[in-house]
Amino acid sequence: MSVGFWTRMALRAWTALILLFLFIPILLIFFYAFNTSNIESWPIPGLTTKWFGSTWNDPDVRAALLLSVQVGLAATALALLLGSCAAFAIHRASFFGRDAVSLLFVLPLALPGIITGIALNAFFSFGGINLSIWTIIVGHATFCMVVVYNNVLARLRRTQGSLIEAAMDLGANGFQLFRDVTLPLISTAVVAGAMLAFALSFDEVIVTTFTAGAQKTLPIWIFGQIRHGILLPEVNVVVSFVILVTIIPVVIAARLTGGGGTARVPAAR
Amino acid sequence: MGSTASGPGSWARWGCFAAAATIALTACGSSNTPSGSTLTQPPTAKTAPQTSIGAGEGQLNLVLWDGYADKSWVDPFTAATGCKVNQHPAGSSDEMVSLMKDGGGGNWDMVSASGDADLRLIYSGDVKPMNTALIPDWTNFQPLFQAPSFNTINGVHYGISLQWGPNTLLYSTKKFVNPPTSWSVIYDPANKGLVTVPDNPIQIADAALYLSKTKPSLGIKDPYELTKPQFDAAVALLKAQQPLIKKYWALATDEISLFQNGDVTVGAAWPYQTIQLKLAGAAVNDTIPTEGATGWADTWMLATKATHPNCAYLWTKWVSTPKVQAMQALSFGETPVNTKACAEMEALQAGSCAQYHADAPGSYFDTIKFWKTPIAQCADGTNTCIPYADWVSAWTTIKG
Amino acid sequence: MSSEVVRRPRPKGAGAAPFRSLMWRFPWLRPLLLLAPPMAWFVFVYLASLVLLLISAFWSIDPFTTQVVQVWNTNNFQTILSDPTYRTIIGRTAGLAGLVTITDVVLAFPLAFFMAKVASRRVQSLLFAAVLLPLWASYLARVYAWILILNHSGVLNWSLQSIGLPSANIGYTNTAMWLVFSYIWLPFMIIPTYAALERVPDSLLEAAADLGARRWRSTLDVLLPLALPGVVAGSIFTFSLTLGDYITPILVGGAGSQFIGNVVYNNVGIANNIPFAAALATVPVVIMAVYLLVAQRLGAFEAL
Repeated sequence: MSVGFWTRMALRAWTALILLFLFIPILLIFFYAFNTSNIESWPIPGLTTKWFGSTWNDPDVRAALLLSVQVGLAATALALLLGSCAAFAIHRASFFGRDAVSLLFVLPLALPGIITGIALNAFFSFGGINLSIWTIIVGHATFCMVVVYNNVLARLRRTQGSLIEAAMDLGANGFQLFRDVTLPLISTAVVAGAMLAFALSFDEVIVTTFTAGAQKTLPIWIFGQIRHGILLPEVNVVVSFVILVTIIPVVIAARLTGGGGTARVPAAR
Repeated sequence: MGSTASGPGSWARWGCFAAAATIALTACGSSNTPSGSTLTQPPTAKTAPQTSIGAGEGQLNLVLWDGYADKSWVDPFTAATGCKVNQHPAGSSDEMVSLMKDGGGGNWDMVSASGDADLRLIYSGDVKPMNTALIPDWTNFQPLFQAPSFNTINGVHYGISLQWGPNTLLYSTKKFVNPPTSWSVIYDPANKGLVTVPDNPIQIADAALYLSKTKPSLGIKDPYELTKPQFDAAVALLKAQQPLIKKYWALATDEISLFQNGDVTVGAAWPYQTIQLKLAGAAVNDTIPTEGATGWADTWMLATKATHPNCAYLWTKWVSTPKVQAMQALSFGETPVNTKACAEMEALQAGSCAQYHADAPGSYFDTIKFWKTPIAQCADGTNTCIPYADWVSAWTTIKG
Repeated sequence: MSSEVVRRPRPKGAGAAPFRSLMWRFPWLRPLLLLAPPMAWFVFVYLASLVLLLISAFWSIDPFTTQVVQVWNTNNFQTILSDPTYRTIIGRTAGLAGLVTITDVVLAFPLAFFMAKVASRRVQSLLFAAVLLPLWASYLARVYAWILILNHSGVLNWSLQSIGLPSANIGYTNTAMWLVFSYIWLPFMIIPTYAALERVPDSLLEAAADLGARRWRSTLDVLLPLALPGVVAGSIFTFSLTLGDYITPILVGGAGSQFIGNVVYNNVGIANNIPFAAALATVPVVIMAVYLLVAQRLGAFEAL
C-alpha cells in the first residue's frame, strides 16, 4: 500500500523504537553473562568469561535443559495430535453446541495460567497422582493443544473446501486425501503451531510450578537461581545460549509462515 | 474414567473428612487441657523409627532453604554414600508445609523446616519420629536444641535440629553514621520509602516484640502468643509502617539487590544478606537491637512417606558433623547447634565462632525469641490467642 | 492414484469398506470421531480440574493442620466480598490488566501496520522473526533485567542523569509493573494485529482513498473494523496474562503491589488454604468469561 513520505518515516521511527524497547533487556541479559559479580548492578563492575565454563560444567543446568526439551517435545507431540483432531472436527462440523465447544477449546489459553495450574494440582492430588514429568507434560499439552488448534483451524478456514471435495469426488480415500491434499495445505500451519507450542512449553513457569514434583525444568531452575542469587550470571549464560540457538529456526519459520500472514498466536502462562 | 474418579474419590473424600474431623476434635481436646499435662499425641507418634541405617537408596529428595545443600558438602556426601541429592528450595515456611502435605506425597524425603512450620508438619502427620541414636553428633548439640519444644513432643523427636540464627537489623553505613540500636528506625517516617522487611506473616511477631518493650501496657510476654488487643496493636503498627516500605522482600536476593542499588537503607534481614552484600563490597552492617530479636531454628524432618529413608538418615548424620555444621554456618551466616563446630569455624574463619555466638551460654538464648507456630491456645491454657491462619490473612491486609 | 481417478464414488451404503460407508451414511460421525480424543482430554482433565476447583471454593481448612474440611459453606466468598483489601487487590489487578492492554494496542498497532502494509517482503519476515525472538528469552530473565533498568542506581536513572534530567524513581512501584507487563506481553498483541491487518486487501484501502475520503479517515474507517478481531484476539492474551500473573509483582512490584495471583499463590503454595485460593480464583474466571463472550461476538476467535 502506498503511504506518504512522512507517514512512512514516522512508522519506521516507531518500529525502530519498539524494537529497541523489545531488545534492550535482552542485550542486558547478554551483557551481564560477563558480569564478574553475581549481584547485578549498573554499571557492570567488571567483565569475565568464567561463567561460561561453570555453566557448561553445571550438571543442574544440563539436567534442566534436557528436561525442558523432553517436556516440550512430548507436550508438542500430544498437542499436534489432539489439536489437529479438534481443528478438523470443528472445521467440518456444524453441530449443536459448536460455539460452546470452540469457546471451551480456547479456555486454557484465555484463562490465566495460575488457574490452570491450581486446578490441575487439585485434580492430581485428589486423584492420588504423584507429580512427575508426566504431570508437567499433561499441564503443558493442555495449553499447547490450543496453539496447534488455532493455527490449523485458521489455515483450514482459508483453504478452499472445494479442493477437498474435488478430491473426494475423484474417489480419494481418507488416507490419500490427507496425504496428498490436506497435509500439504496445512503443513506450514502445523510447523508454526508446533514451534509456538514448543516455545511456550519451554518458557512456562506458572503451570509448571503447580504440576512439577521434584523435577526442575529450565525456567524453574532459573527461578531458583534468581531466588538464591549465587549463580545468577549462569542464568544469563543459559538464556543467551538459548536465544542464539533459536535465532536460525525462528527466522526460517518466520520466512515460511510470517510472510503469508498466517501466524497465529500463542500463549498461555 | 468418570466412574473410577468418583468411586475411590468419594471414599477418599469421606476419609479426608473423617481424618480432618478427628484432628479438629483432638485439637479442641488439647486446647481444653491446661498446660502442664501431656500434649496431644501427633498422628505419627506411634510410628517406630528405624533402629539402624541400611544401604543408601541412591537418591535423596530434599525440600530446603536455598543454600542448605551446597556443593561443597553435598559432593563429598554423594561420593561417600552414593545418594544423589535432589533439591527443591522453598520460598517460605508455609511453602514447605504445602510441599510436605500428604507426608511428602512420596516426592520428598526430608524438609529443613523452621520453627514456625514444625508443629504444623508434626500435627498434620506429614513427618514422623526420628531416632536420635542413629545421629552420633546429637549428644554434642546445645542442650536447648536436643529436644526443643518446637520439634519434640512428649519426648518424641520429630526431627534433628540443624542451625539457628537471629533476624537482624541491616543498615547502610553511609546513611547511618551512628549505628542504629533500636528497631524504631524501621517504623520511623523519616525513612519513608527506604525500608524493607520480609514478606512473611511471622513479621507480626517482630512488631509484637518491639511493642513488648516500647508499650509495656499491652502486656506482651511472648510475641507468638498474642491476644486480640495485642495482635491488633501489632497489625496497626505494621499498617502504619506500610507507606514507609519500598518493598516487602520475598527472596533473600531481593533484599541484597535493594541494598546494593541504593533503593533502601534499612531493613530486617538474615545474616546471609549481610555476608553477601559485604562480599560484593556494599557499605552495610547489621546488629541485634536492644529490644532483642526474633530468630529461627531449623530442623531436618523425615517425611512420613519418605522413599529413601536410609539416605535421609545418612544425610542427617552427615550435616550434624562439626565440619559440615561449620561449613554451612559460614556459607549461610547462621549458627551450628553442634557445640563441637566452634573449633571448625575458627579453622575456616578466625573469630567466626564468637561472631555467630556458636559458643554462647544458655542465657544468650533468652534474647532470641525463636519462631514457633502461633496457635489459639495461650500458655495459660486459655483459647484467647490468635492462630496462624489469622496471621496470614492479616498479613495480606497489611501489604494491601 | 491413477486407478483412483477413474473410479466413481460408490453408491451409498454399498461397497467393501464398511467403515467408509458408515461415514457416508452418517456424515456427522467423522467429526465426532475426530472430536472424541481432544474432547475426552478437555472434559476429563481440564474441565474436571476446573470443576473440582470450583467445588473446593465452598470448603474450608482447619486452621491448625491446614487440612481441607469438606463442609459446604460460603465463608470464603463472604470474606472476599466484605474485606476491602480484596476489593482493592481485584481492582488493582483488573485495572492494570486493562491499562497494559490499551498500552500494548497503542504500541503494537503502528508497528503491525508497518509490517503488514508498508514494509517489503524481506523486512516483513525479519520483523516477524524479531517480534517472535524475545519469546525464546526466558520470561523470568527478561523481567529480572528490568529490575536492573528501573532500580535506584539502574540503567534508566543513569541515562537520565547523564543527559541532565532528574532521576525517575519508578523501581518497585505499580508504574514499574505497568511498564514490565506492557513489555513482556507486547509480542502477543503484535502478532494477531499484524495477522489481521495483513489479510485486509490493499485494493480495499486504495478504493476507499479513491472515493475521495481523506487518506487518514479512509484508512482508519476501512482498516479498524477489519483489524478489530485481531486486536481483540491480542487483547485476550495481554489482559488474561496480566490478570493471572504473580511473578512480575513479586520481582518488580513494591509495597502495595499485590495481585489476585499473589494472593492465590500465597494461599496455595504458602498458607495451603486451597479453598480460599479457589474462591479468589473464580474472580479472574468470571472476568475472563465475560471478556471471552464479548470477544466471541466481535469475531476474535477467528483471529486468535
